Formats: sequence, structure tokens, C-alpha cells
Amino acid sequence: MCLAIPARLFEVEGERGLVELAGVVREVSLMLLPEARVGDYLLIHAGYALQRLDEADAQETLRLLAEVAQAGQEEA
Amino acid sequence: MRYVEEFRDRAAALGMAERIRCGAVSPVNLMEVCGTHTVAIFRHGVRDLLPPEVRMLSGPGCPVCVTTNADIDRAIALAEQPGVILVTFGDMMKVPGSYQSLSQAKARGCDVRVVYSARDALGIARANPERAVVFFGVGFETTAPTIAACVLEAESLGLENFSVLSVHKLIPPAMEALVASGEVRIDGFMCPGHVSVIIGSHPYEFIAERYGVPCVITGFEPLDILQGIEMLVRQIAGGQPRVEIQYSRGVRPEGNPRAREILERIFEVDGADWRGLGHIPDSGLKLRSEYACFDARAVHSISPPPTKEHVGCICGDILRGAKTPPECPLYGKVCTPENPVGPCMVSSEGTCAGWYQYGSR
Repeated sequence: MCLAIPARLFEVEGERGLVELAGVVREVSLMLLPEARVGDYLLIHAGYALQRLDEADAQETLRLLAEVAQAGQEEA
Repeated sequence: MRYVEEFRDRAAALGMAERIRCGAVSPVNLMEVCGTHTVAIFRHGVRDLLPPEVRMLSGPGCPVCVTTNADIDRAIALAEQPGVILVTFGDMMKVPGSYQSLSQAKARGCDVRVVYSARDALGIARANPERAVVFFGVGFETTAPTIAACVLEAESLGLENFSVLSVHKLIPPAMEALVASGEVRIDGFMCPGHVSVIIGSHPYEFIAERYGVPCVITGFEPLDILQGIEMLVRQIAGGQPRVEIQYSRGVRPEGNPRAREILERIFEVDGADWRGLGHIPDSGLKLRSEYACFDARAVHSISPPPTKEHVGCICGDILRGAKTPPECPLYGKVCTPENPVGPCMVSSEGTCAGWYQYGSR
């Protein structure tokens, strides 16, 4: 029930935002995340944006995971 | 970057599984306290990648499952009031109360409606000014701020026919109740990613400090979960319990202060009854007295029938990680997803439903 889906914000009008979710446009409330900006990837839960996804942090996690994949393949 | 496919890479998953195998030198019990984790672990076959030393337990992380019969009975009693439209999330519809579910109440003529967002309930209230719209608010810290935001919106719209029946609950007190009871040995907690988006990492620190149980706030893609397990295994081996954030792209240590501010403006902490765990002090949310006009308990006086439990159902034991679904005499026989007896089989995030659908060890 605590499912939250990443979606890109492409329009902001006051506390309302429009996001694209798997090709479908949805209106979301930005009341809990007023700092959201067009272009941000947001975590959407029950019609509300809860947080911005941080691309630099995501890249860092992926870099660590890629190292693990590399090490695994070298051992195999 | 789309934040989904990137975290499903097979080579990295196998590499991470190998690290877990090397790191898990002695048997450990890791508990996830989030229904979304439970489903993701099943769906992606994570258990099949783990060595026998690492045992995953599902805790009380499904808000539908931990809702008591008494609370469901109360919602049904409200739905039975003349003029009431009871609105809730779809997950709640089929959960059996003492005598019936909301679905059955609807079939008998009660006006029960399912929404995707609590904001949709505001729309229903505006469209039906002569009716009383009650939102049955279920969920943890992830969902509760969205309900609080709705109450604020209802206030600014001057809506007088909207109220909330809050059975919202808080995760850290339930984690404490589990470790403090000592019934099940928990060597590490996989903390819920989206609850933590709101509350941050600090509210778990007392679990690591006082009870010595490592905590890792984890995301929901398969690589997130494997990395979360690997971090837990490493923490356990290192012997220095603390709170770490695996899901750093979404969780900041301070959480979402704005969401918490709105949550705390509307709700205050109160004791709550949990299925399987009983009464836990300071583990629930009730509307503040300033917002009593939006509190369904204050607005509507109802007297639900005395509650009773489902005979033979061991959902309570399952929610504490004390038993697994195959240990239940009803599991797969009397109790199936098509004809569920207990909430853990009803909810798509329930442990029994997961075991039944995906088959598991």
C-alpha cells in the first residue's frame, strides 16, 4: 500500500502538477512537495508527490552495483 | 534515467547475491516491515537468490492486514448510517470484519466507493453536498500526510460534509514492540523505503542503539532489495548496529519536513490496536481536537456490534513473523485469494497472498 511510482513532472500550476506515468498523463498534488520543478522525477503516492528522486544519488548507487556486477563476472 | 529498469540488472543481482553468500557466515533473520517489500521480494524471486543462512521474515508492514476487525466493523457501521458515503482505498474492500467486509456491505446496499487518492473523496463530497462523506483512512506514514493534506484542503474549501475515520499507524513503534517482545529473533530490519521518504532515518535510530538491531532503509527494485540485504549482512558481521540508507535516491536523513509539518498540524500521536500485536502506545494517529469537525469519530455517533475473530486464522502470528502461512490450518484449503478468511490472504501485499501466488520457501 506504500507503493510510490517514479514519474516525470512536466507542468506545474500552483500546487497542481502534471506527470507522465507510463505514457499516461496524471494530475498530482504538489502540496507536500512545493519545491518540485518541471523536469524532476517525483515519487508519486496516492495522487501526491512525496519526494524528488536525486539523480546523482541514483547514479552513485548504480556505479556501486556495476562494480559488483563486474566483480561477479570476473570471478565466474 | 527512469529509476526503474536501471535497478533490475541481472549481472549485478547475481554479483550482489554472491556477496551476500560470502558475507552470511551464520544464520540471520531479517525482517521487512513493508508490504510493498514483501510483494517485491516474492515477485522478483529474491528468496531464491539467498543462501540458506539468510531467512527473510515478513513483519506487520501491510496496513490492510494490521487493521483490526473492530476498526473494519466501525467503518461498516458508518457505511450503514443513512446518508453516508464511505470512501476508501481498494485494498480495504474485501477484508473481512467480524461479520462482513465493506464489499459485502456495498452489495447489501451501503454506498461504499473506492478511490485512488483521498483527493477523489473531496470531489465526491463536493458533488454530494447533501450526503456525509467519510474517508476510511488506512495506511502508515507514507499515506497519512496525503490524508492530512486533504483535511487542510477540505478546510480551505469550507467542506462541511467531509470527515476522516483515521486508523493510521506508525511503523517504528511496531518495530519496537516486535524486538521488545523477544518472541522472534530479529537480526536486522529492512526498513520501509516510502515510509522513510517522509520520516527520514532518525526515527529508527533508537532501534539500533537501544536494541542493537541493524536497520537499512531499502528501495523496492530487486537490486535495491539485494543491496539492502547485503548491507544488513555486513552490519551484522561488523557488530556495529546503526541506521543506513540504501534507497538514497529517494530518502534523505531528514525525510520530507513539509509533509511531516502538514501531518502534525492535523494529526496527533495516540495509542492504536494492531491485529497480531495488540495495543501499542503512541503507534497511531488521531485527528487533533481543533479538527474535530473532520473527525468521523466525533461527527458520527455509532455503536458497532461486538467484535469477534475468525476461528483458526493465524494472521496475528504471521504478522509478527512468528509463523509462516503453511503453518496455518486454513492456508490454501479454506483460505485462498478467491475466498479469503484472514486479511493476510486478502491484501495483495499480504504475506499469505504472496506465499500462495508465488509459492515459496
